Amino acid sequence: MTAWLVRRVAAAIAIVWAVVTVTFVLVHVAPGTPFLPPAETPVDPAVLERLRSQFGLDRPLSEQYVRYLREIARGNLGESFALHRPVADALAEALPNTLTLAGAALCIEFVLGLALGVYQAARARRFGDVALGNATLFLYSVPTFWLGLLLLVVFGQWLRWFPVGGVVDVVTHESLPWAGRVADRLWHLALPAGTLGLVGAAATARFERAAMLEVLGQDYVRTARAKGLPERRVVLGHALRNALLPFVTLFGLAFPFLLTGAVLVETVFAWPGMGRLAAEAIFRRDYPVVTAAAMLASGMVVLGSLLADLLYAAADPRIRTSAA
Amino acid sequence: MTEPLLRVRDLKTYFVTERGGGTARAVDGVSFDVHPGETLGIVGESGCGKTVTSLSILRLIPEPPGHILSGSLIEFEGRNLLTLRPPELRAIRGNEVAMIFQEPMTSLNPVFTVGDQIAEAAIVHQRLPRKRARARAIEMLRLVGIPDPEERVDHYPHQLSGGMSQRVMIAMALVCHPKLLIADEPTTALDVTIQAQILELLDRLQAELGMAVLLITHDLGIVAGTSDRVVVMYAGQVVETAATPELFAHPLHPYTEGLMAAVPRIDTRVSQVRGRLHTIPGQVPAASAWPAGCRFHPRCPYAWDRCTVEEPPLLDAGRGEPGSHAVRCWLLTEPRRRTRQA
Repeated sequence: MTAWLVRRVAAAIAIVWAVVTVTFVLVHVAPGTPFLPPAETPVDPAVLERLRSQFGLDRPLSEQYVRYLREIARGNLGESFALHRPVADALAEALPNTLTLAGAALCIEFVLGLALGVYQAARARRFGDVALGNATLFLYSVPTFWLGLLLLVVFGQWLRWFPVGGVVDVVTHESLPWAGRVADRLWHLALPAGTLGLVGAAATARFERAAMLEVLGQDYVRTARAKGLPERRVVLGHALRNALLPFVTLFGLAFPFLLTGAVLVETVFAWPGMGRLAAEAIFRRDYPVVTAAAMLASGMVVLGSLLADLLYAAADPRIRTSAA
Repeated sequence: MTEPLLRVRDLKTYFVTERGGGTARAVDGVSFDVHPGETLGIVGESGCGKTVTSLSILRLIPEPPGHILSGSLIEFEGRNLLTLRPPELRAIRGNEVAMIFQEPMTSLNPVFTVGDQIAEAAIVHQRLPRKRARARAIEMLRLVGIPDPEERVDHYPHQLSGGMSQRVMIAMALVCHPKLLIADEPTTALDVTIQAQILELLDRLQAELGMAVLLITHDLGIVAGTSDRVVVMYAGQVVETAATPELFAHPLHPYTEGLMAAVPRIDTRVSQVRGRLHTIPGQVPAASAWPAGCRFHPRCPYAWDRCTVEEPPLLDAGRGEPGSHAVRCWLLTEPRRRTRQA
């Protein structure tokens, strides 16, 4: 188990390094340069040149790359070109927002998706299953940002049930009592997390329905029925436990989906998270922020799949013994 | 004779086939009795409806596509299992009537320990507290001859061999001391030496616990060694039924005859057998298209024109007690025709 863990962590570091390298090369090779002033306010080329040398951009790419890796190894993510502050600070500010959003979306995705999938499998090919199957197919097919805009217009604009953007109510938040602040955060979280969670829940439900249907046809489910167990116990005890195994792998796959989905949702809902930070940094050719965001995202994805493997081992006795 | 424990009358289990909207008449009017404490063997080739019959008794047929036709009767201790409401049926499943299956490895749930799986029925039916249920599980493992039961109780199914798994299945089935055990091909998936051990175990447990056994098998050798009476099934119907010694001494249905001739004997050399080991030509037809007339006539060496148009009923062979030996064959009315045409 320890040897396996060491191997996995080594692989994880290699993957993150590869992502950093590819991102580094891509952003530098991509057309456009940082410090490009708006067309209407021309800047002295000498000033631009000084800025470029200040950030080492006048050096050969290989030298910049080696220097960048050395700084990362020291824990220094560099200085943002556009934000005039350390990249680490900007990320530290954005990351909690994204994790809150992704975490809430993950909860919605798994709880709702699992419940729907199990319900559909138990009622396979009957009305409820078919209706939900069409609904999830629709949600699964529409672009995330489109669904976000739709919810925004309906629940934010027309019904005015939820705010249209931001993490908190900037005017009243500070004056609220403790519980009020939590409620305010949840209230702002509802639409973005709902958008991201619904799309994920649709995928999860379709996946879990198939997994459950396969398990319900297994011999041991018949054994459970032959024992005289109530149908509830057959489905939720004997079948679900087995249908959760492939689902744990999905958990590892859901993470990157949530992070990429977050980029669009954060943009739609003006949510100051990692996705928005990265998107803006890309437009401004803010190299250090882009690479750092990519590094952080890949790190979380790798961590997610590592976590999924550990969960898998915990859930499946067959894997537990062979890995131990 | 005593009141039967299980009475099956005119059981019809049909399946809607996927394509064409056809109907597969997998079990088509089967009747038999199981008396307390006895072993009844049901034999037949694959596809003749044995397994569907056994699954129908506890209503374990997946519906849809399967359904048991009204007019069928499955009576256990005077209660018709086909009209029971689900909770009443569950109180019988695994408690008074238990079942073991052909594939012990896939019939155990891979994510639960064998102890939990054995204890479960006792917890559900007898409301045993967890600790006592676990003790009962260990006791059952010992009863079915598993070494180190205190240790094995915490093992998972993948840690067991096929023979061990079937012992666990038996332990699980017997934990509530059922009055009837339905064993559907319990040894088919196992090695020959293990087969003998499992059959011996079933025999011993039957004597100890006094239960009745309904043994489903394609192997006449197993029937000869274990059953008191035999039901021979073909194409979803009972074609012959008799006490075991009577059946082996006087097989009357051509299908039974063919089955017996097809069993290789251990005391004849292979060189002698070659060319002489009998096979029944052809195979069981599809359940969606049983032949008209006698369903066995396309494969029967004695068939004449009557067999192709008129379906024979179960006829009393007139040997021993009335009804003790019955045969679904026109030869009983015209015994002179029992000569091979070829």
